[in-house]
Amino acid sequence: MNFPVLSVITFTPMVAALIILMLPSNRRNETRAVALMAATFALILSIWTYFSYDQVAAGYQFVEKYNWLPVLGISLHFGVDGMSAPLVLLTGVVMFTGVLISWGDEDPHVKAGIQDRPREFFAFLFILASGVFGVFVSLDLFMLFFFYEIAVFPMYLLIAIWGWVVTREYAAMKLTLYLFVGSVVSLVGVLVMYWVQYQNTGILSFDMLAMEKAGFSQAFQNIWFLPVFLGFAVLGGIWPFHNWSPDGHVAAPTAVSMFHAGVLMKLGAFAALRVGIMLLPEGAKYWSWLIMAFAGIAVVYGAYIAFVQTDMKYMIGFSSVSHMGLVMLGLSTLNQNGLTGAGVQMFSHGVMTALFFAVTGMIYDRAHTRMIPELGGMMKIMPFAGVGFIIGGLVSMGMPGFSGFVAEFPIFMGVWQTHWLVAVIASISIIITAAYIMINIRKVFFAELPEKLQGHVGDITVLDKIAIVTLCILMVGLGLFPSLMVPMVQTGVENILRLLGGA
Amino acid sequence: MFTSTTFLSILPEVLILVLAVLIFIVEPFWKAEQRRNTGWLTAGGLLAAMAFSLIFGQPGEPTTTFGGTIRFDWLGFFFKLLFMFAGAATALLFMDNEKIGHRGEAYLLLLASLLGMDLMAASADLVMLYLAIETTSIPLYVLSGFMLTDKKSTEAGFKYLLFGALASAFMLYGFSLVFGFAGTTNLYQLVGMFKAGSLSLVAVFGVLTLILVGLGFKVSIVPFHFWAPDVYEGAPTPVSGFLSTASKAAGFAVLVRLFFVAFPEFSAAWALSLAMLAAITMTLGNLLTLQQTNIKRLLAYSSVAHAGYAMIGVVAFTKLGVTSVIFYLAAYILTNLLAFGVVMAFSRVTGVDDIKDFAGMSRRNPWLALMMLAAFLSLAGMPPFGGFVGKVFVFAAGVEAGYVWLVFVGIVNSIIGVYYYLNVMKYVYLYRMPNEDEENHPVLLTRPYTITLAVLAIGVILIGTVFAPWFDWSEAAALTLF
Repeated sequence: MNFPVLSVITFTPMVAALIILMLPSNRRNETRAVALMAATFALILSIWTYFSYDQVAAGYQFVEKYNWLPVLGISLHFGVDGMSAPLVLLTGVVMFTGVLISWGDEDPHVKAGIQDRPREFFAFLFILASGVFGVFVSLDLFMLFFFYEIAVFPMYLLIAIWGWVVTREYAAMKLTLYLFVGSVVSLVGVLVMYWVQYQNTGILSFDMLAMEKAGFSQAFQNIWFLPVFLGFAVLGGIWPFHNWSPDGHVAAPTAVSMFHAGVLMKLGAFAALRVGIMLLPEGAKYWSWLIMAFAGIAVVYGAYIAFVQTDMKYMIGFSSVSHMGLVMLGLSTLNQNGLTGAGVQMFSHGVMTALFFAVTGMIYDRAHTRMIPELGGMMKIMPFAGVGFIIGGLVSMGMPGFSGFVAEFPIFMGVWQTHWLVAVIASISIIITAAYIMINIRKVFFAELPEKLQGHVGDITVLDKIAIVTLCILMVGLGLFPSLMVPMVQTGVENILRLLGGA
Repeated sequence: MFTSTTFLSILPEVLILVLAVLIFIVEPFWKAEQRRNTGWLTAGGLLAAMAFSLIFGQPGEPTTTFGGTIRFDWLGFFFKLLFMFAGAATALLFMDNEKIGHRGEAYLLLLASLLGMDLMAASADLVMLYLAIETTSIPLYVLSGFMLTDKKSTEAGFKYLLFGALASAFMLYGFSLVFGFAGTTNLYQLVGMFKAGSLSLVAVFGVLTLILVGLGFKVSIVPFHFWAPDVYEGAPTPVSGFLSTASKAAGFAVLVRLFFVAFPEFSAAWALSLAMLAAITMTLGNLLTLQQTNIKRLLAYSSVAHAGYAMIGVVAFTKLGVTSVIFYLAAYILTNLLAFGVVMAFSRVTGVDDIKDFAGMSRRNPWLALMMLAAFLSLAGMPPFGGFVGKVFVFAAGVEAGYVWLVFVGIVNSIIGVYYYLNVMKYVYLYRMPNEDEENHPVLLTRPYTITLAVLAIGVILIGTVFAPWFDWSEAAALTLF
């Protein structure tokens, strides 16, 4: 048996959370240090996993399987393929940078990062991280649900306790209820699939690889695809169930926004793909027009709403809806280009939006405002953050040379192949995105520094800079060397296409 | 005919009786300030009895002893162990309650009630069943009204007694009709005697309804739940915890045995009405919970709702259904005891039990807050706690039996549940005390609380993560019905 790298990655944050809880609550720096060590460890392992994934062999690798409840066919079955390996890496990166920027600055003038009960904060954040890793690597539906719910409930506490005072209670409850509704609707669908599989094949198993061969009838797939897919896609921020997402982003503390937009929304899209499309491929074909319509609306509508925002976090929140719409659009094409683009976009958007939220959080912690009209001149004060934001902006606009282009171009190609008109309409979003990103950069970073902010706004910390550099390297690196990721995602897409019957 | 099996079949009961006698002898000789130690003795004795029964008294092939009145099988045995565990935890939680902790008779009443529950789980005869139910209930009436100077407690005891007596009377009438129709009181002989062809369906339904009144009262399903909130609120908190867990589970133990062994033929026809009841119970329980401001009333209504979830498994009328009910109850007993334990530990120090009084609790005692989080998330059905797995199994059983609509009702209800459970956690973690001086008002735990709560919390997590052994035991218990 090889080194069980995936379970180590998955349970590292959980163990770290327990260790952190054991520390006395006044040992704030020790708490942070343990958190950082665990995050670094998980990051290193996920990088190792990513680069030792054998693209030639493809398929599921690093597979581990332990029988958990044989009577009902529940097993702890882990494995990554070309689709999930980048997402595991993404989670590692966001976790690492999230810890860095939550470290903050104890200076009472700055009060950046998490200063109130950091012990509980990191513990809950890491429980969430465990859930996220677990979903990406699970090949067993029961365990996928198990981890999915673990990833959902800490959000409530993280937002409600450490969030933005004005909206946190409302936003936290809204988010939790939306996500919980989505997940339990999917749960019913999954249970139905489980029993129908038993009727069809006589196998009692939650294993997704077995369920792929369950031979669900066309009629069955047509009925159950939508509840299963949409139930998960709620977490992916699909229109018209996206409403929780910007509210949640705005209310969440910085690191949680990064997790939320960077990773959690991918969780929804990924689970929708894994369970919805891969297990019910005929249903996916039947309903792909509807998903495409929803996604198309999300792309344009999200961008437009982002354009009219004056609060930076709302702006980024709605831009996430728009970009996740692109992911859904890619999924709905069910062809090679679209799916590949969706896979890369999940990674690219995760890194980009984590960076956006990190920078916004840094500005807000110091300037105590996120309103775009009230800000200005940040380039002089925090040049590092400014450059980072600009790079993120370029990614967001889909500029060649950055990861956004690598992701969005194939999506639009895929959409063009199926419904060219949707591609045309969706491409409007690129223009709107460019507009609001440019306006934002000009106003926040280059305009005159308002008088109110002069004097008391300081530069970001070294740890913040490390976080920004890490994220930027990924975006530029992927933009310049798409071969680092695209072929790998393609191996995952091959598998999906096989399930779709070579469509 | 007295054989070793005869004795083994009531081994746990015998041990409980020995323990009770021991306490009866020892306790009067203790000084007043030592009387609290009866709790250690009770809990230790019960755990020893559990261990002893597990080593020597495991049932083999199901047999019937004592002239057909006692059934010796895994179903009864598993429930007996659960009850004794719940009893041990309750005894520890009694200890530092100033009204009952130093009163030896409280522990004796607890043991008497446990004795009744163990017999309930094992009864194979209607007469025995009725005696067992009364043996369980009467000590609980007394315990609910134990705080004589407290108006609410007295009211709780009296209310429980009146409603309980009424429900018992209905059930007894049902039993007598069964005997009249079938000519036997033995559950295992009723199958052949109490047949559809020979009786009008109206008569059968009438009889079953009468019996259901009594059992529905025990498990507090709507519309027999009226007593629960008032009694839970008024009774001493450890007693409420015991009522909402062990007593409810005992009701379910009887319910499954009765419906699966004695009336399997009618059960299928009966299932739809039970499904309706389950749906109404969940929905009404949850909707009423939404408006509660007192934590004990909130837990009371939520325990009504949980009876509804467990009913889904009963309604399924399959092997998996019964297994899931038993699993659900095991998880629920641990979880709800933990929830009540936390409330107790908190109210003992603060003297209040409204939800708003929990503001700032996470700063007053972070560990207690974490345990409350574990209990409430488990009640809400979130992993990695027992409540999640229990719910998934119950829902899976419902889907298997074709009750997708009932499962949908169940999930809508669990969403409501998430809302009010998290709402309580908001007070615990987010809100602060009026002067924001939590560090001056720590909530300190005494040793019995620390031990009990830690064990329960670990149990709730274990049952939610390493669920295979629990499931296997539940399945072993369920299999004895088929």
